Amino acid sequence: MASFSIGKAFKYFILIFFAVIFLMPVYVILVTSLKPIDEVSLATMWALPTSIDFSSYAEAFSNLAPNFMNSIYLVIPATLLSALLGAMNGYVLSKWRFKGSDIIFTFILFGMFIPYQSILIPVIQFLRLIELYNTIPGLILVHVVYGLPITTLMFRNFYANIPDSMIESAKIDGAGFFGIFRHIIIPLSITGFVVVAIWQFTNIWNEFLFAVTITTSDKQPIMVALQNLSGSQIVQWNVQMAGALIAALPTLLVYIFLGKYFVRGLLAGSVKG
Amino acid sequence: MTKGVQMKSKKIISKDHWTAIAFLIPSFLLILVFVYGFIGWTGYVSLSNYNSIIPDFSFAGLKNYIYLFNDFRFQADLRNTLFFTILFIGLVIVIGMSLAILIDQKLKGEAIFRNIFLFPMALSFIVTGVVWQWLLNPSTGFNQFLSVFGIQPKWYTDTNILAGFEWGSIEFGLPVAIIAVVIAAVWQMTGFSLAMYLAGLRGIPDELREAARMDGASEFQVYRKVVLPMLMPITVSVIIIMAHISLKIFDLIYAMTGSGANFVTDVPGVYMFETTFRGNYYANGAAIAIIMLLLVAVFIVPYLWSSRKGDN
Repeated sequence: MASFSIGKAFKYFILIFFAVIFLMPVYVILVTSLKPIDEVSLATMWALPTSIDFSSYAEAFSNLAPNFMNSIYLVIPATLLSALLGAMNGYVLSKWRFKGSDIIFTFILFGMFIPYQSILIPVIQFLRLIELYNTIPGLILVHVVYGLPITTLMFRNFYANIPDSMIESAKIDGAGFFGIFRHIIIPLSITGFVVVAIWQFTNIWNEFLFAVTITTSDKQPIMVALQNLSGSQIVQWNVQMAGALIAALPTLLVYIFLGKYFVRGLLAGSVKG
Repeated sequence: MTKGVQMKSKKIISKDHWTAIAFLIPSFLLILVFVYGFIGWTGYVSLSNYNSIIPDFSFAGLKNYIYLFNDFRFQADLRNTLFFTILFIGLVIVIGMSLAILIDQKLKGEAIFRNIFLFPMALSFIVTGVVWQWLLNPSTGFNQFLSVFGIQPKWYTDTNILAGFEWGSIEFGLPVAIIAVVIAAVWQMTGFSLAMYLAGLRGIPDELREAARMDGASEFQVYRKVVLPMLMPITVSVIIIMAHISLKIFDLIYAMTGSGANFVTDVPGVYMFETTFRGNYYANGAAIAIIMLLLVAVFIVPYLWSSRKGDN
């Protein structure tokens, strides 16, 4: 019995040790960003502020607000469109399988793993051609297209759990392709939509490579603006920390309130699901 | 079973089946053009002389690839990617699996621990880079604690190469600065393997472990002989997914350290971005991108192939 509780204490020790390490960056962000300007010095980085001051948030926000809005305009349509397309593809590939449909699925899935550097030069040339370069709609298009593999995968795995017998009996009742989708699949896939939407929202909000190459200055999403803020020599690091928190806030809130669905998305994205 | 059902349904309403196929066509065409077509186009650019602002698609053969493999910076990139990948995957697996096993012990507060370890997954690599840049800055951050013990690592500003020897035009060995970037990446991605392992552990029936205990196995042996082998498929998935993330990593390093002195923290993703979009060396950039794609394909193609087979 005694050895058992020593073991238990040891387990807690390890978990707490790692929890402290994992939370240290959060501590530094909060402490630094809440300090009044005269207390911001590298030597006292870990010290608590003597009084709470939001001026670094005000400054970071005035810098980042336009880009924050760009990200909102980007992420909402891109998430909805890619979830919708993924749902239709997943429906076909799980419930209307045909000869060669598995090969087509693998063909689509490969797009999920490619380094986007390998399509970036043509993407930019193409966007210039159709005059969507340096626009939010251009970024939306790119995120919808390259989001297809993951959303298709997630919905296909999700729909695989809906019994085929339900589809069969609907067919016998005379329902067709669209009828089954509207009356059986959609009502049963609310959770699926939540999981996919959260996943796409998080990924598109956090994305950087497309954002930094496809847009310039006033069209740039939040992550590019944050990177510019931290690369700038004149910006104080307490403002950088406040900026980092502002940029991370939407996805953090989603994680805090809908974490269960976020983890399901994470697991669904690992192919075998 | 599904096959029989399908055959039957096909006979009854094959018109609907054609509708289904027609529905897939737009996505299929988008992927065909935007993934495969554009990769082909990048490959074409990589074989051209397009190395200035003015497009020049005259055929250059393998000139750009030969240039890269003789290039100090690209050789350093390949070295850094190799060590980054090994350390990153190793730590993500060991820490993720250990924490998952500990959380799975039905201790009080397991949900709190799980949430703490998972939250960095919701952040952008840019946010991680900006914050860890300060935490691992040699004159601030963790070094203020470590100074108590008299150690002051130079973190990502260190230009030493451990166990280095001359190879090509670079010193081959572990670049110390890479460790700092690995720490930040592990902080962000461990949650992924933890979630995967936790799901795997929950899927192992308690009776199996009980049976092993009845046979007199110690707790350690239960994990080594029973649990670990059953987690093997998850370990394979984690390795593949982490490997492809690590081979194409760009934003974390771009935000945290950049190329570093002597390119000690440079990676192909950063080189590709800078040479293409800051230097207008499109053909060189395209060649780097194609090499990155081939490296990723080495891991991904067999994985996709085997999971497709497993499906049938």
